[in-house]
Amino acid sequence: MNRKKHFEFDFWKIVTIVIVIIFALFLAYPLFKLFASGFRNPDTQAFTMENFAKFFSKKYYLRTLGHSFMVTTCTTFLAVAIGAPLAYLTTVYKVKFKGFVDVLVIISMLSPPFIGAYSWIILGGRSGIITKFFKGVFNIETPSIYGFGGILLVLTLKLYPFIYLYTKGALKKIDASLSEAAESLGCNAFRKVTTVILPLIAPTILAGSLLVFMNALADFGTPMLIGEGYTVMPVLIYSEFISEMGGKANFAAALAVILVIITGVMFLGQKYVVNKKSFTMSSLRPIQVKKLYGMKNVLLHLSIYFIVFLSILPQITVVYTSFKATKGSIFIEGFSLESYKSVFENLRNPIINTYKFGLISIIIIIFMAMFIAYITTRRKSWLTNIIDSMTMFPYIIPGSVLGITLLLAFNDQPMLLSGTAMIIIIAFVVRRLPYTLRSSAAILYQISPSMEEAAISLGDSPVKTFFKVTAIMMMPGVLSGAILSWITIINELSASVILYTGKTRTMSVAIYTEVIRASYGTAAALASILTLTTIISLLIFFKLSGKKEVSL
Amino acid sequence: MSNSINIENVVKKYGEVTIIPNLSVNIENGEFFTLLGPSGCGKTTLLRMIAGFNSIEGGQIKFDNNVINNISAHKRNIGMVFQNYAIFPHLSVRQNVEYGLKIRKISKIEIKEKVDDILEVVKIRDYQDRLPEKLSGGQQQRVALARAIVIHPSVLLMDEPLSNLDAKLRIEMRSAIRDIQKQVGITTVYVTHDQEEALAISDRIAVMNEGTIQQIGAPEEIYSRPYNIFVSTFIGHSNLFYGTVGKDSNGKYIAFKDGYKTYMKNLTEDCIEDMKVIVSIRPEEFSLNEEGLKATIKNRTFLGKYINYVLELSEAMTIKAQASIEYSQDLGQTNHIYKIGESLTLKPNALKINIFTEGGEKSLIKDVNKDE
Repeated sequence: MNRKKHFEFDFWKIVTIVIVIIFALFLAYPLFKLFASGFRNPDTQAFTMENFAKFFSKKYYLRTLGHSFMVTTCTTFLAVAIGAPLAYLTTVYKVKFKGFVDVLVIISMLSPPFIGAYSWIILGGRSGIITKFFKGVFNIETPSIYGFGGILLVLTLKLYPFIYLYTKGALKKIDASLSEAAESLGCNAFRKVTTVILPLIAPTILAGSLLVFMNALADFGTPMLIGEGYTVMPVLIYSEFISEMGGKANFAAALAVILVIITGVMFLGQKYVVNKKSFTMSSLRPIQVKKLYGMKNVLLHLSIYFIVFLSILPQITVVYTSFKATKGSIFIEGFSLESYKSVFENLRNPIINTYKFGLISIIIIIFMAMFIAYITTRRKSWLTNIIDSMTMFPYIIPGSVLGITLLLAFNDQPMLLSGTAMIIIIAFVVRRLPYTLRSSAAILYQISPSMEEAAISLGDSPVKTFFKVTAIMMMPGVLSGAILSWITIINELSASVILYTGKTRTMSVAIYTEVIRASYGTAAALASILTLTTIISLLIFFKLSGKKEVSL
Repeated sequence: MSNSINIENVVKKYGEVTIIPNLSVNIENGEFFTLLGPSGCGKTTLLRMIAGFNSIEGGQIKFDNNVINNISAHKRNIGMVFQNYAIFPHLSVRQNVEYGLKIRKISKIEIKEKVDDILEVVKIRDYQDRLPEKLSGGQQQRVALARAIVIHPSVLLMDEPLSNLDAKLRIEMRSAIRDIQKQVGITTVYVTHDQEEALAISDRIAVMNEGTIQQIGAPEEIYSRPYNIFVSTFIGHSNLFYGTVGKDSNGKYIAFKDGYKTYMKNLTEDCIEDMKVIVSIRPEEFSLNEEGLKATIKNRTFLGKYINYVLELSEAMTIKAQASIEYSQDLGQTNHIYKIGESLTLKPNALKINIFTEGGEKSLIKDVNKDE
């Protein structure tokens, strides 16, 4: 009895220590390396500020930073302008096929953004379908899809779903009586929205905006493909890093440091504001859905369907073009399975890699998430507090930066990992752990500790209790988070594009390289396979969670 | 400033389901009027129809003489207190109370005066700058009340406002609400399922069941002279016995199944010889006597002021579908406490008991009306 108790004490201690070591090794140490490398002279390796001086003294670099701010600010603004009203309208009014609309919005959010960029090039690029149509029929020059406008279009359509889903969640928490109370006090509909509804969902919109901002700032694929001359920070970091390979990555590291500092400040600022401004709401009776009639109803449906159509258009384009006949890099009349054939002949490895790396990562993620959730909620100590704050790190580290930090840290013996599958799996785990962790912690808060106490009082050891009772009860939450981790892993590009070698190429990377090589047919076929996997995973997710909602 | 509410033949339907088939009631200016009934009886539905949150499928609701059926909620000038208070969580106490006044385009000075006054009346002055989260249930209740009253509404509507409070606070708040209502003199419609609360707080009560009004009357009226079996058993406890009307030289009497007779002077003309009736006797309407109904003590509960006994009588005498037959013994009047298994004889008080038709739908006591 006594010995068992002793072992239990050790078990969670060991878990805590192991997790601290993992975090220290794969998160803290690489970040430290990154910072250190940013402050070193490429040739002498002496401490210096000259990398930063170079950045802030050259117009070209500063303009890139300006571009990044411009893109992220405009994207965030537009995403809120589209996502929040859309969420309000679909919550308050009866919309036909609302469930389907939600699913399409979620799909458009969860597929990789560069698919959007690439589809829009096919549609509105120099020899795009829409461009040719307007040119041929009306002889009108459509505005160029390349550059700032294109990035903005693609990122907005990809990221407004965050705001949409967040806002929807917040609106569901508003009790109908609050809205009725405003009315009973003589408030008309418009004033009700501005003085009651909007202030109540403002903290949530703010949290969603941060997510959009971070994603837009960190996104690499979209500006790389559609930006052309319009360079943004992640693209700059990538090209500086690729061109300076061979130990001279100090300038790229300095750039990454600047980016991390920006995202870190944003993250902390948002946390501060949201903590100060948020209030708890519990809704017994959610807002009632009203039906609109006549013109208003038609307009409502048209605008909602139009936005959803635009956001799902890239997926439609990808699937459609994957069945088009191709000749070299261009699509020709007629349909064929040529592209798929070519994929299965030449690009089998990336597909296998995606599933293999993804599955390994997800298993590691599930175990880590459950253990971390448990020790940070039930075994609080100063060590678990450190772990808790370290789990925030992945939020502020853009994918390309993570790629660089891992390469910088694990490029030498005894920890030579660059080029291996392991480094990609590490990147996956670090980047996508938070989804599973969040949902695991959330469900653990709902499970009463008395469940465990009951099992222990009946004579089970605490460790056994964890696996026999707690872990099983956590499963629904863990798995629903794990599927989100999984979907975002198989679509991951920005870190893997830096870490991959010929042998460890994943599907996203293969799509990206095929697009760069202008093999649009095979890219479309690969992207369709990826989209299909995403949709099937989503369907499993909906089945598991029992509702058509995703919380990120 | 406040006005009467006339509800005339209103109908409420959700799709094909009729919640309120046809309901009429007049609520007088300045009155504290309570809608009382079990959950699902349509009381909240009716309140929300008055407020304008539910549509009206038939009939009319008038404020004074103006039909308000098609006026939207925000133009009806109502004050409403919600079950969960519905305090805006993003506004301070003071801002919550100001909210309705600001919409009414009143000068800042006047707003300040009015808010100061009402905060004083509901005794929440000290908390005015706090956020609602930091308030207790009772304090939130006071904020909700202040916010509703400060706009000088035509009517004040309250939807189970005390149901989220603990027992002690509930009693404290109900007298506070009553006092404030009288002080402001505003027509109030109050919804509750708690009969004790309704009896304590109201000028008049409408007892509702399945979308129809069973009886309207003052609390003491409803308690002592219920119009039908539903009211008699829903409000307080009533013991139900089978009885038959008889008549001899001493006048009309009710005969119980065991042959015991109780003479009654207040039966209506409808009450004819050999008619089968239901006798409804409240636990406190029995007294210990030589003659009366014979019973055995099955169980007892000591409640301080009195003891409540659960009785066992010969099975044929009492109506099957009732929880228990009870007798309360006032401890101020006696020293003998009965033990379980002991027998006793109880005489019903002929002046107090109620007689209903066999089906229980109508009282057979003189001057008992559905709506006085």
